[in-house]
Amino acid sequence: MSATGNRSLPVLQQAAPEARAEDPSRRQFLQAAAAAGAAAALGACDVEGALRRHFKELSKDEVARLLAKIERDHARRFGKKDWKATALGPRPGVEFGYGLDLSRCIGCRRCVYACVKENNQSRDPQIHWIRVLEMDKVRGVDVIESDIYYQADAVPRPGKFYMPVQCHQCRNPPCVKVCPVQATWTEPDGITVVDYDWCIGCRCCMAACPYGARHFNWTEPHIEAAEVNPDLHILGNRVRPKGVVEKCTFCIQRTRAGRYPACVEICPVGARKFGNLLDPSSEIRYVMENKRVFVFKEELNTRPRFYYFYAT
Amino acid sequence: MVLLRGGLAALAAAAAAAAVAGSPSPPPAAQPEAKPPTAAEYDTPAPPFELGLFPCTGCHTDAGNPKPRELGFHDEQQPLRHGQNLWCLDCHDQKKRDFLHLINGEQLPFSESYRLCGQCHGDKLRDWKVGVHGKRIGRWDGKKTYYLCVQCHNPHAPRFKGVETKEIGGVVMQRPIATPTRPEPAPRRPQEAR
Repeated sequence: MSATGNRSLPVLQQAAPEARAEDPSRRQFLQAAAAAGAAAALGACDVEGALRRHFKELSKDEVARLLAKIERDHARRFGKKDWKATALGPRPGVEFGYGLDLSRCIGCRRCVYACVKENNQSRDPQIHWIRVLEMDKVRGVDVIESDIYYQADAVPRPGKFYMPVQCHQCRNPPCVKVCPVQATWTEPDGITVVDYDWCIGCRCCMAACPYGARHFNWTEPHIEAAEVNPDLHILGNRVRPKGVVEKCTFCIQRTRAGRYPACVEICPVGARKFGNLLDPSSEIRYVMENKRVFVFKEELNTRPRFYYFYAT
Repeated sequence: MVLLRGGLAALAAAAAAAAVAGSPSPPPAAQPEAKPPTAAEYDTPAPPFELGLFPCTGCHTDAGNPKPRELGFHDEQQPLRHGQNLWCLDCHDQKKRDFLHLINGEQLPFSESYRLCGQCHGDKLRDWKVGVHGKRIGRWDGKKTYYLCVQCHNPHAPRFKGVETKEIGGVVMQRPIATPTRPEPAPRRPQEAR
């Protein structure tokens, strides 16, 4: 080590320990930069949200104030509704897993629009958390040759199969690693969430994600007031500000309350399975133990909690 | 869970039925009236009957002709495209017209038709029970509603074509249809958004 040190440039050798010692100030700088960046992105209307501390450092009171503020903001923007914002936390002993049956999916895109509706995605410009890839049966899973813009009078089309892709909720998530401000992290129940007030909109996570699961709000999201889902989660489907990244959260507002995600409930062929990976009697465990399961882009070592399988 | 059913349940004496009282197994076939049609082992939605077709006793009041033949009525279910050499009374009960029956003679309500299907399609029934074949809605941590086989597969022509959600007799239900599914609109291409 010392021999290596002698050979290195002196300036580097000295700089390393100092940089470590200065970590707190560096963090402060980043926090200030993040807050300033978010404030610029959000505009003056959401200064309170933008200047707060990181979500994980908030006290219960601060979270409650934030939730009340979210409800107020939604009521002001979309009118009177039964707004209910929660910050429902993860349950102990729960790790969510998802299975999608490729032998059943018919590519009808019902899941895409159920997700948009449930999670208050922007209708214009369009943001879809789920993308359905149409592929040739003879080629197999071949992303480059796949088509998400297929139009048809009837699905499934002959010779084709369909592979919906959404956030894989990785155990080794590249998007979390690259975030310069820790605005995104994986919760104990396996859901990777985004703190929309903390995100600076650098879009590094979008570049890092191999599944194309992250989406950027280039403009203020446009949603008809009548279509906004009033059941909100602070880390999930509350209407996003302009300039932040959003992603699938396994419908955090539903699943943490014990319900199935919207895409599972809408799927007309029952191709989507959801459950607790730590519960041996859950359907997702049955799938993993008894069916042919494959992991999309397994070679990238992202270790997803989202599995594709063939039930037949 | 051990299920006392099939031949075992049919043969079980009344005393045996009393012994297992409180267990989820159904009462023996000798007294199927005792069981309300909704109290099944799995919570299933109402079977997707065509309006006016059920109850069968609306028309079938007599004993009927048990001889397999082509019917002069029920054109909507004929020709039967399910299995080989099957006909109505292989599944529908002749004596208790609003019920189905298993191969052992046990009569069962339409809300438990999955047991009838499972006599031949045992692998699918096994997957259905654990929620892998077919659709379940509700809670991942609790009460689930199991869609019946016949909510996606027409029992008289079971190859999957498509499904529709429709209100029949005041109840919104999913049922199989012969027309294939039309997909929702494709996402807009990025160049269209500009």
